[in-house]
Amino acid sequence: MKVKLQDHILVPKHEILSEEEARELLETLGVKEEELPKIRVDDPIVKELGAKRGNIIRIIREDELVGVSIAYRLVV
Amino acid sequence: MEEKYRKILEDYPLPKKLKDEIVEELKAINADEDFAKKVVERCYQVYLKNLVEPGEAAGIVAAQSIGEPGTQMTMRTFHYAGVAEINVTLGLPRLIEILDVRKNPSTPMMTIRLLPEYAKDREKARAIANRIEATYVTDIAEIVTDLRRMRIIVKPDEKAMEKRGLDLEKVRKKIEKSLKTEVKVENGELVIQIDEPSYKLLTDSFEKLKRLVVSGIKEIRRVIIRKEGDEYVLYTEGSNLKRIMKEKGVDFTRTVTNNIYEIYEVLGIEAARNAVIKEAISTLEEQGLEVDRRHIMLVADVMTADGELKQIGRHGIAGEKQSILARAAFEMTVNNLLDAAVRGEIDRLNGITENIIVGQPIKLGTGDVELRIKLFTGGDE
Repeated sequence: MKVKLQDHILVPKHEILSEEEARELLETLGVKEEELPKIRVDDPIVKELGAKRGNIIRIIREDELVGVSIAYRLVV
Repeated sequence: MEEKYRKILEDYPLPKKLKDEIVEELKAINADEDFAKKVVERCYQVYLKNLVEPGEAAGIVAAQSIGEPGTQMTMRTFHYAGVAEINVTLGLPRLIEILDVRKNPSTPMMTIRLLPEYAKDREKARAIANRIEATYVTDIAEIVTDLRRMRIIVKPDEKAMEKRGLDLEKVRKKIEKSLKTEVKVENGELVIQIDEPSYKLLTDSFEKLKRLVVSGIKEIRRVIIRKEGDEYVLYTEGSNLKRIMKEKGVDFTRTVTNNIYEIYEVLGIEAARNAVIKEAISTLEEQGLEVDRRHIMLVADVMTADGELKQIGRHGIAGEKQSILARAAFEMTVNNLLDAAVRGEIDRLNGITENIIVGQPIKLGTGDVELRIKLFTGGDE
């Protein structure tokens, strides 16, 4: 059985943004894409998702105190 | 009624958890719509008041909030915590280990949870434990050297072998592979003949044989089984997440290690961020110190911002500051200044530290904004 790394309790949900979503996001945040936090192309989760350099990943973090929060990382 | 409250809250940019709490409270007092609106509005005002203001020195506040309780931490390194019999580093040394991102923490440990069909059965759990625990030749056999005939004899202990699911043939193959010499079976014993008349070769082979792992995972030095609720959980001394996740019967999704760097390598940067937060908080909590998790989250965010796990300190965050003066103010002042001079670096005085050094106003709080005055020129324009 192949293990899915994303199912692990320590790994929050990762999603690739579509080009349109990415553009919209950068506009609303008012930042350039290189100003976002980064995630490496050889990160195991990025590999699993099959994201490429320049993609933006949406990360849905869940925290017992803060609740659900959303973060973005640029694949470098 | 709940629907109505939700509808009122819909337009407010409040965190989901806060909204849930407000709804609960409103339900408890059974508020009507007008009253609920007032309550929500008031909550929103208080929420805005409590937000961190732009220009606030959040990093300094976090540093002080972690640093002050840190002074009260014990210097006592070892302690038998949580799980009986397994030694874990705690207190200040552990906190330093977490923030320094040590690749080999002094006491790596794993918590392995099992799939439902294995978790309920003690025997099955025991079998997995035996399979992953590192077994050395010395655990299952006696090793004797015969100097006169230049040979090493391995006398196996049948009972010990059976307990670990090994047989003579498996052990023989393992030894053959590692020593790269032929191993013969002579009436239930393994015989390794040293061909060259070299005493050194004999002792070397003997030493190698003693350290040879015949079954299990080398890093897993000890396994302890404990019953938690209605399932059996394995605790291990030593850690190897990559190998364990492929082990049969292990519920990989709920198996964790306290080696943060290993988590970073196997599960990626976001998992590492979670692990840093979790480990730091549990270390502080164990010492009876209460630090708001948001301070630690900030630290974890800084450590993981570039996509790789970086330590706080001269080889990580502090060492990568672009300003020479800021780096020199942290550690190894002379070296930093000398290197920068040799390379002809320029300090643009953009940061806080360097501006304090040269005695200029810093870009923090009200210093972060610039004022413009609209002059009345008197004319039509």
